[in-house]
Amino acid sequence: MKSVKYVYYALTLCCLLLLLAVGPSLAVAGEEDTENAPGRVMARQATKEKQLWITADHSKHEALKKTFASGPEITKACLSCHSEAEEQFHKTIHWKWMVPGTEDSDQVGKAGYSLNNFCISTNKTEDNSCLACHPGWGTSTEAVNCMVCHGQKTINWDEAFEDMQFFMSEAEDDEESKEMAEDLQTQIQGAVQAVGRPTRKNCGSCHFYGGGGDGVKHGDLDSSLTKPNKTLDVHMGVDGQNFDCIRCHTTQLHNIAGRMYTAPAYTERKSLIEDDLTAKITCESCHSATPHESGHKANDHTDKVACQTCHIPTLARVNPTKMSWDWSQAGKKKDGKPYKTKDEFGKYDYMSIKGQMKWAKNVQPEYFWFNGSIASRSTKDTIDPSQTVAVSEPAGNRQDPNARIFPFKIHRGVQPYDKVHKTLLAPLLSGDDGYWKTLDWDRALTKGQESLGLPFSGEFDFVETTYVFPSTHMVAPKDTVVSCKECHAGEGGRLDKLTGFYMPGRDKWRLIDTLGWVLVLGSLLGVVLHGLGRVFTNGRKED
Amino acid sequence: MKMVNIYLYTRYERFWHWLQSAIIILLLVTGFEVHSSFSLMGFRSAVNIHNYVGLGWLILFAFFVFWVLTTGEWRQYVPTTRKMLLVVRYYSYGIFRGEPHPVPKRKEAKHNPLQRLVYLSLAALLLPIQMASGFLYWSYNSWQGWGLEWLSLPVVALIHMAGAFAILSFLVVHLYMITTGHTVSAHTRAMITGWEEVGEDTQIEDWEQKVRKGKEPQPAN
Repeated sequence: MKSVKYVYYALTLCCLLLLLAVGPSLAVAGEEDTENAPGRVMARQATKEKQLWITADHSKHEALKKTFASGPEITKACLSCHSEAEEQFHKTIHWKWMVPGTEDSDQVGKAGYSLNNFCISTNKTEDNSCLACHPGWGTSTEAVNCMVCHGQKTINWDEAFEDMQFFMSEAEDDEESKEMAEDLQTQIQGAVQAVGRPTRKNCGSCHFYGGGGDGVKHGDLDSSLTKPNKTLDVHMGVDGQNFDCIRCHTTQLHNIAGRMYTAPAYTERKSLIEDDLTAKITCESCHSATPHESGHKANDHTDKVACQTCHIPTLARVNPTKMSWDWSQAGKKKDGKPYKTKDEFGKYDYMSIKGQMKWAKNVQPEYFWFNGSIASRSTKDTIDPSQTVAVSEPAGNRQDPNARIFPFKIHRGVQPYDKVHKTLLAPLLSGDDGYWKTLDWDRALTKGQESLGLPFSGEFDFVETTYVFPSTHMVAPKDTVVSCKECHAGEGGRLDKLTGFYMPGRDKWRLIDTLGWVLVLGSLLGVVLHGLGRVFTNGRKED
Repeated sequence: MKMVNIYLYTRYERFWHWLQSAIIILLLVTGFEVHSSFSLMGFRSAVNIHNYVGLGWLILFAFFVFWVLTTGEWRQYVPTTRKMLLVVRYYSYGIFRGEPHPVPKRKEAKHNPLQRLVYLSLAALLLPIQMASGFLYWSYNSWQGWGLEWLSLPVVALIHMAGAFAILSFLVVHLYMITTGHTVSAHTRAMITGWEEVGEDTQIEDWEQKVRKGKEPQPAN
């Protein structure tokens, strides 16, 4: 009997010692071995070859040594070798500004009926100022401007050609003009010959400045990413991997991987191990779906929480981003003239032509279930003006197996709508009839709706709207990752507004908590009273 | 009354008692931190420790169950209503008058009827429920693979929380009850050394003995 008891004792003790010995090392592993976490090992393998090699030196190509008098001539020279490039590019959203396949139906895109709560609409590209970002030459949509994406030298093509034409016309009589013209031609040729794969600067020339200025739109995309450090973005940091955009936004036939309005950036989360030709657009492509070291709780989160949610703690960490835009305040004048005021960041917070705007830095994202698609309203959709209108909103919910909790920048707007037709309105902004010149809503709205071929009743008011940007850039170093407690918090946590699921630390059954504490405190009170009773009745025996 | 020392708790029992009490206290502290009741070591550490200690408890508890079953100690937990009223009367009245305990401890009967009921509920019901709900809570991500999709996390969490409050409440009362021996520290001393002082003439009735009636009780070690 006795020996048997010793066996239990010894066995339990051994087991306990084993637990004590293994436990801390397991717990510590989570802290120290992040360098060799499977997701990082895999990503290092996937990106090993850093030197990209090419077999062409464009400065030696005869086709690029000719004199170029206009942009389209450059395009022609490019196409003389890259014969299929234009046809490919003409089919992409970058050229069409419409989601491929929707041209004959909903016309989803900037050139269609889509709108936002910044400059609202391109009025089917009638608004010429928008075309600054269209990859043609100037505002012309005649030929593709290959240089926007492939040119490695910054040059203002419109000015260069205009000046060259001017000096050429003078060149016959004036030696100096001739020299100037030749200088400009050398510059143009130099720029044409300096072509390559798109860099951050190429993509950024439009995507960093969307909405009319640096950092206006996204919050996770602005000029600070042209030359970021690792603190701003672990992948793009020039002191680290120095990734260009196309490292993840991989390309097929000039179609660049990424989300297009409702069309998600990817439909399957696959790693390169599962499909070596998959687009590298997801984190999982290189990092796998369980990237953290084994046993790390974060691996259990990846089915419901996007990588971005923890790894992008704040947006706009270097440059500010625009948080709200109230068009209803536009049109005010000082001394009879339009005016503008600047905020603490040196950004315009009021412009008579645009209204009231708010900028912010180090913005904490807002979180929503997101399956990769964005649901959006168009200028044709009817709205309920008594509520905030979601011009765009994340699609997905808790039950959707493809949906994850995902960080977003929300841009809040106040913009015009038609009180009779209950639709959002698309004012024309630039040009002689545009609001920026006339400060006349009636005229701008009438012209704007005309350009879209949509009715305008003449009666309008302003409605609050929201527009969402999924945050996926500005991935921060691991030591600044969002901590467990920032979401698993009793109050004021990052996920306070996300309901429909039970989250430890955040959620509780009020009744159980109340009853529980009543029971515990009741027990405490009971034993205290009982103890006091013993003391006062001297029932307690001497110690 | 002359007092004699009897060896009441074997080495394994004492070891298990203190180990389990440490485990339970650690689980309560980390558990309530995870529940956002207070902030002490940080959410992540609290979760890691809670998971680890909880799983460890599950393994170690198996040894205890085995011990209870194979040594016949389980008979100490068989509930009874006999003398129950006397015990209740003692704690609510007699104790204040310095009366002796109606069911004193003996080697063969270390639990009085009230204790039998409480410890049976604890060891056979509350703690297993807590371990089971805790294990399910911990294995949340595997539910689908195990065909347990029908389980509801809020319900598992509810059971686990209700259990936690019950255990905390037990702990409060238990900590107080150990002061009710014939001296304030007598019970604590017994659980450390194994030896408890009892009245020499204390009689054990047959029904109280862990060995069934008709068999000779085991001699004390």
